[in-house]
Amino acid sequence: MKNQKKSIVPALLIGISVVFFIVMLVLPLVIVLYRSLKDGLALYVEAITAPNTLSALRVTLIAASIAVTVNTIFGLCAAWLITKFEFRGRQVLSTLIDIPFSISPVIAGLAFIMTFGRMGWATPFIDWINNLLGTDIALVFSVPGVVLATIFVTFPFVSRELIPVMQAQGNAEEEAAAMMGAKGFTIFRRVTFPHIKWTLLYGMILCAARAIGEFGAVYAVSKTRGQTFTLTLEVDALYMAGGADSITQAFAVSSLLVIIAVAILLIKQVVEYRAKRNEEA
Amino acid sequence: MYVQLNHITKKFDDYEAAKDVSLSVEEGRMAALLGPSGSGKTTLLRIIAGLERQDSGDVLIDGKVVNDVPAGERGIGFVFQNYALFRYMTVYENIAFGLRVQKRKKSEIDARVMELIHLVGLDGLEKRYPNQLSGGQRQRVAFARALAPEPSLLLLDEPFAAIDAKVRKELRLWLKNMISQVGITSIFVTHDQDEAVEVADEILVINEGRLEQAGAPIDIYKNPKTSFVAQFIGSSAVLSDFRGLKGFEDVPAGRQAVVRPEFVEAFKGDNEKFKSLIADTESGVITNIAFRGSYLELTLDVNGIQLTTNRSLERRPVRVGEPMCVLIYRAYILDGENTRIYENRRLDGIDIESL
Repeated sequence: MKNQKKSIVPALLIGISVVFFIVMLVLPLVIVLYRSLKDGLALYVEAITAPNTLSALRVTLIAASIAVTVNTIFGLCAAWLITKFEFRGRQVLSTLIDIPFSISPVIAGLAFIMTFGRMGWATPFIDWINNLLGTDIALVFSVPGVVLATIFVTFPFVSRELIPVMQAQGNAEEEAAAMMGAKGFTIFRRVTFPHIKWTLLYGMILCAARAIGEFGAVYAVSKTRGQTFTLTLEVDALYMAGGADSITQAFAVSSLLVIIAVAILLIKQVVEYRAKRNEEA
Repeated sequence: MYVQLNHITKKFDDYEAAKDVSLSVEEGRMAALLGPSGSGKTTLLRIIAGLERQDSGDVLIDGKVVNDVPAGERGIGFVFQNYALFRYMTVYENIAFGLRVQKRKKSEIDARVMELIHLVGLDGLEKRYPNQLSGGQRQRVAFARALAPEPSLLLLDEPFAAIDAKVRKELRLWLKNMISQVGITSIFVTHDQDEAVEVADEILVINEGRLEQAGAPIDIYKNPKTSFVAQFIGSSAVLSDFRGLKGFEDVPAGRQAVVRPEFVEAFKGDNEKFKSLIADTESGVITNIAFRGSYLELTLDVNGIQLTTNRSLERRPVRVGEPMCVLIYRAYILDGENTRIYENRRLDGIDIESL
């Protein structure tokens, strides 16, 4: 009786998970790939090589790579600060980092418009810089705006991955190094970094995935198709256009995102596997 | 004085870890900071190391005030609780770390590391990582790593806490021999009085951020100066109602007393050896018998007062509920912050040893 119970529960849980997984995750993705190829390979290739698509791919990759770089540096600094130092306002900083998790991306985008837009609060400052440098940088409805919005939304990923690991590690090894006369950067490079490198990479991967998939925040600050649209916006625009061809094109561009996502997932798996092996060694 | 603390105070939020502590340790000595957890002993060690900054007071090493000298430049080797070995470095690299920071020559580093590995008896393990070592081996690596840059002072934070009881005794002896062989001034923190007594030349008892008493282990044990030391050292029972006991009738009223197991003798009514003393004993009943490995610990109820004594396994067997004659040789009478030894008046002139 007892044994029977034991075997029913896991079977039930596995069954539920598998059904859920297929209906919610696998099926939609398969349909995306199927729909994108339904009208033949020629149309697919045409869709993903259209100027608008290539422009969107370029903007997406620019925004994602800048966001990952900036947030890696910021995330390292923040995690280092929060876990290795005692100071006033540490809790506040720790909470502030999470804001992008709790605020809707659309609202974040609108806030950017309010701050950096034509009537925005920071506009005189931006104008001043433009006058000074003889440039014509606009932050809203332009690629820099998309980059900023992406950075904002993906802000916590790296630091949130690092903080628990660095907290668990404690300060003892760093203190031991400091006792032997090692200075800040040496301590980081030789003691802290080897400990966090896999976690850091994992955080960067999550950050990249989120940056590439972001819609709401960039939707608010990006209005020009073919110039400042990202892949997600391009998919939306194609789909909303409503024609039979454009819907197929929307699926084709979506499949690009799916492929990128699957690739990132694979990299993530490899990193996790390596990190685990590293832990055991 | 090699290490000296002058009027050190330190507060963490509302927890006072050090309240005006002054102490000193002579060159070449091995001192123990002994106290219960939360007493502030680790904070004092970290202040000496420079890992923590005192709110006021001076730290002197070798006669120089080092308040503003960073931890890494004080010439101190530190063995951390749980050792804090660099887990992504081999034993060799762990020990070489301090030497590499000092940018010593490669051949010099190699010679020094191999010398230390040999000294601590880890030959052949230099390519291992810390998680491939036993607790005792890790402690040896931590010790070698702390000594590698040739510090003039060695600090150890609960050096035996992470080691299982069986190996601990052996390692205590090893560490004591090792330190006297190297001849380095050392201070270690412990909450375990056996450890302090066994390893240290000098014990500094710390309680609630204060230095209670400093002295040789035997001195601390025999002449506790404060009520805290009397209660903390040895396994002691604190009695509040004491005056009813024979031999202690003229202890002033309202005093507490500390009685250690070795101050109590319990024997059966037909005991030949103590026959002449039976008139001077209290009658008690055994309420508990605990086997402590090499002796029995008896708990006795004497007119409602609980006393403990240790009984040799060589003596006649006893059982719970058995009436015993209980003799108390002496007690520490606590008088406010101070203590004094009070001998049993009825035993005046009797040489217990010769019985």
